[in-house]
Amino acid sequence: MKVIGKDTERVDGLALVKGKPVFADDIAIKDMLHVKILHSPVAHAKILEIDTSKALALEGVAAVFTHKDFTPHYYTTAGQGYPEPGPRDMLILDSTVRFVGDRVAFVAAETLEIAEQALELIRVEYEELPCIFDMEKAMTAGFALHPSEGTSGIHDVSRNVAAHLDAELGDVDAAIKTSDYVFEGTYSTPFVQMASIEPHISITWLDDNNRLVIRTSTQVPYHVRRIVAEVLDIPVSRVRVIKPRIGGGFGGKQEILNEELVAAVTLKTGRPARIEYTREEELFAARLRHPELVTFRLGFDNNQMLTAIDLNILENCGAYGPHALTVMSVTAQKALSMYKAPSIRVNGDGVYTNLTIGGAYRGYGAPQAFFPLESLMDEAAEQMGIDPIDLRLKNVFQVGDDIPIAKILGEGREGFPMVLYSTEIAACLNQARELSNWDQLRHQQQTGRFRKGLGVAVAGQGSGIPGIDMGSAFIKMNEDASFNLQVGATDLGTGSDTALAQIAAEVLNVSVDKIIVYSSDTDLTPFDTGAYASSTTYISGSAVKKAAEICREMILEQGKKLLQVESAEIIDTSVVAADGASMSYQDICTKSFYTEEQVQIMGTASHMSYDSPPPFNATIAEVEVDTLTGVVRVIKVVSVTDAGQIINPKMAEGQIEGGIPQALGMALTEFMPFDEKGRPINLDFNSYHIYTALDMPELVVRFADSHEPTGPYGAKAVAEIPINAPAPAVTNAIYNAVGVRVKHLPVKPAQILHDLKL
Amino acid sequence: MKIQFELNGQLVDATAHPGTTLMEYLRENAYYSVKHGCDHGECGACTVLLNNKSVNACLFLMHTVEGTKIETLESLSSHEHIHPLQETILNAGATQCGFCTPGMVLSLEALDREKRDSDENDVRDALNGNLCRCTGYVKPVEAGLEALKTRKGQSK
Repeated sequence: MKVIGKDTERVDGLALVKGKPVFADDIAIKDMLHVKILHSPVAHAKILEIDTSKALALEGVAAVFTHKDFTPHYYTTAGQGYPEPGPRDMLILDSTVRFVGDRVAFVAAETLEIAEQALELIRVEYEELPCIFDMEKAMTAGFALHPSEGTSGIHDVSRNVAAHLDAELGDVDAAIKTSDYVFEGTYSTPFVQMASIEPHISITWLDDNNRLVIRTSTQVPYHVRRIVAEVLDIPVSRVRVIKPRIGGGFGGKQEILNEELVAAVTLKTGRPARIEYTREEELFAARLRHPELVTFRLGFDNNQMLTAIDLNILENCGAYGPHALTVMSVTAQKALSMYKAPSIRVNGDGVYTNLTIGGAYRGYGAPQAFFPLESLMDEAAEQMGIDPIDLRLKNVFQVGDDIPIAKILGEGREGFPMVLYSTEIAACLNQARELSNWDQLRHQQQTGRFRKGLGVAVAGQGSGIPGIDMGSAFIKMNEDASFNLQVGATDLGTGSDTALAQIAAEVLNVSVDKIIVYSSDTDLTPFDTGAYASSTTYISGSAVKKAAEICREMILEQGKKLLQVESAEIIDTSVVAADGASMSYQDICTKSFYTEEQVQIMGTASHMSYDSPPPFNATIAEVEVDTLTGVVRVIKVVSVTDAGQIINPKMAEGQIEGGIPQALGMALTEFMPFDEKGRPINLDFNSYHIYTALDMPELVVRFADSHEPTGPYGAKAVAEIPINAPAPAVTNAIYNAVGVRVKHLPVKPAQILHDLKL
Repeated sequence: MKIQFELNGQLVDATAHPGTTLMEYLRENAYYSVKHGCDHGECGACTVLLNNKSVNACLFLMHTVEGTKIETLESLSSHEHIHPLQETILNAGATQCGFCTPGMVLSLEALDREKRDSDENDVRDALNGNLCRCTGYVKPVEAGLEALKTRKGQSK
């Protein structure tokens, strides 16, 4: 292969390093209104009275919106396929507020300052209502946070259960009863934030034909179009969504967070409107990772082979349920797709609380699965007297295995059968073992104040949502043998535009600079479900490959016609007949445009897959625990990944290198505490600490040789997989260092000190 | 309020409301390489050079830049020309979403102007004020080290 598997300059790289105005907010629009939201200061209350007269009277205020301005229409802000798998439990503005940060009203004004001033002039009378802050008490609270009238898809309104799932294969209770070993543990993962450096930003205006244009930092342009059209009751044909470059998403921008508000302003006033979240708003009024309280029971026989996995999930959805069902489903699917066990069972409830809303965040339920699972596997290995790496090697799914959970648990409905066509997890584990010097360092006796330890964890993810995610591509040829590639796929900063260009270039026998990519514009690019669930390379990439193949076939056919031969082949960038006659791409296209057999050479294709081949990862962390302070320092992380054929090594490495610190943040430094009134405390980057250049441990990142037969050129996904294993690898390393088993993230030095028995 | 300062080599007579930050002024005047990430000097997305030092433009009220020399990333490259630091970052694959890249380039440029023999700790220290959620700083640090090493051999 000439292009696949090679580093190539990013198609957007030059503009980015030069700081060109390529992001959503890098644009000046005349007469633009600035929009600000009045957020609820209380966690649960009925709005008795809301007086906007003073705000409206302020000079420079163009409009103020309250719940009285909208006919109630329940929707979900989750940017997912249709019909949405989660509950419809939210209004643009409601007469009840359900968390500190909920929307009470919004204002459009000539300047940001006037909009902020206007917010202070809105008088709201609240009748405070009882709150639920502890997810374990949600189901028995005795009062419901959401109404049953109008909402839909809530599993059990009266018990505050947004979503529920249960599934069983085999007989788990019987298998546990007859197992030689049974291990059980309850673990929890906290609220954490995606913290893309670019905040959510949307700008709207009406074009010459009175159509609504939404320029927004989104991962899901087509879902934005569908949902905004629906909630504002305008036809989809009147909406155009454009995604320019975006400054990171990580799932946080798989949400219709503000687009509907600015769109409402523009539709009402006829003027352009802009909204941008502050960092503070990002932290308390955007979305967070759903905390989960997870209990695993693992049964093993005398040969240290799993007999049963029993999984119980309690998911904290926060005040509303976007992604409630699907995040929890992913926890179950990924936890039960790693190891082969004859009997498996899952039972899960996603419950409402009066806290910030859970959303989509890289890993999407899988980090919540692998922290407990891999911690308990570590415990099991110790108790059964086997090396933790060896225990995993014995129990992981192998090529050709059926993964039964995939069929019984799909996205909100039954799934599809799944067979594992590729896995190099054993190679990943073995390589990580070597690179970390596991066999030597793992057993070093530790003494003194600073104690080191090594821990291992494995994980899987998916490549798109089977039976649902769809991507499409359109390629047309130009007379200089360049090609326009138009895709609905959404590059959120990962480099997917470049990866897709590489796939097209490989098929068409041209260099990547001959592929001109234009993506994510609902008027000009074909449909794509969007950038989430690690789908772009696998799903959209397959669509690009098919479209390029159609285009290539048309070049060949057109070449044969022009050469007047029956058979020919493409060699480099020419069509060559058996007798040696040939015609270059340029000549073929130029003649096809202007003089002979006139036609546009082009290809268009879509792709959907019932397979979602899991990428796998093995991570070994080396830590040092200060036994005087309880502080944990990560020294080194070895991460070996099976992502199938790598399309672009540097970009793939970048995904892993960037995913690890996000996972370490969840393990050690990132935390969203709330006070007794449900008010979030960490509202800036000083207190919500994400990894800096100085915090980073040494990273050793490798890929296993792998080929996925169902993927484009053998590729699987790479975006989410790195975030799952580092947290349990770190906590297992802490156990190895000082014998303290961390069951609740983030790691708290005080807890380490408390549990330390030296 | 009138403020005079040097911006990317040109003397500027700026008019700004009291309370306007340098970041706001620069973005309002289409210096879009200066990004808005947090308003509190924590993320480094709005990094500019002030008298050759890298600073967060969101922390400077306009009256405090009177008489200073301000440089934004726009001044480092031209239509045809790209700064060696930018070239190294591009080739190293050190930009992902690219939102923090302008700030990183300027922090490295400030380090380069300040110090001749920078090691990895210096580079990490220089980038410590630039939060990045995409790269884990691996390739930016590699690129920074390589670029500064290459430039060390050249006259500045």
